[in-house]
Amino acid sequence: MVGTRTEVCVTFMILARVVGNIVATQKNIRYENARVMLCQQITPEGEDTSYSCLALDSVDSGVGDTVLIVQEGWSASTAATGKAGAAIDSAIVGVVDRIDLLTEDLDLSFAKVTTS
Amino acid sequence: MLTTSQTEVCATFMQLARVIGTVVATVKNESLHGRKLMIVQTLDRHLNESGKPMVAIDSVGAGVGELVFWCRGKEASFPFKREDTPTDCTIIGIVDSEDHVLNT
Repeated sequence: MVGTRTEVCVTFMILARVVGNIVATQKNIRYENARVMLCQQITPEGEDTSYSCLALDSVDSGVGDTVLIVQEGWSASTAATGKAGAAIDSAIVGVVDRIDLLTEDLDLSFAKVTTS
Repeated sequence: MLTTSQTEVCATFMQLARVIGTVVATVKNESLHGRKLMIVQTLDRHLNESGKPMVAIDSVGAGVGELVFWCRGKEASFPFKREDTPTDCTIIGIVDSEDHVLNT
């Protein structure tokens, strides 16, 4: 049901595509040397949702990469700056190589439990 | 395609926003004294308005009309940590200009 998946998902770890970055000279001191990336949330199938957000980069991701974003303050702050307690609530913590999804035509007969 | 619930979502994380106004409050919590309250309108990645405006405390000296980004939750009080400011939405950076949103 792709239709339902395009709805906004305000949870903690999301899949997203990096679509750009933000240049800000005047910012919180803990953001120095950090890259602020503009990210578009995607469904596991790769389609855009209507949710986009900013995230600090901790893994050298670039525009076009599919990434894993953690949206929780302690984790995001630790991942992006190496220390907790910064005013950061969203960070890129991984670059996704591939997503394996179950397909409908997948043969699962091998997994059947046989009773004797 | 946007549904009603999507256009009204505003409780998310670290997004671009435009400062569209200020809030004046004379009587407020002691630890909010001297803090600037701004109204920010969240934007999507194409800089179109999305969601409802919210009130944010300013930590970087943003002005009305500027493009900023904010952070929410417990982390929003960290820029003022020593003073334990009660806030759950704080402006933490000013985007240099619209041309500095490198959106491909």
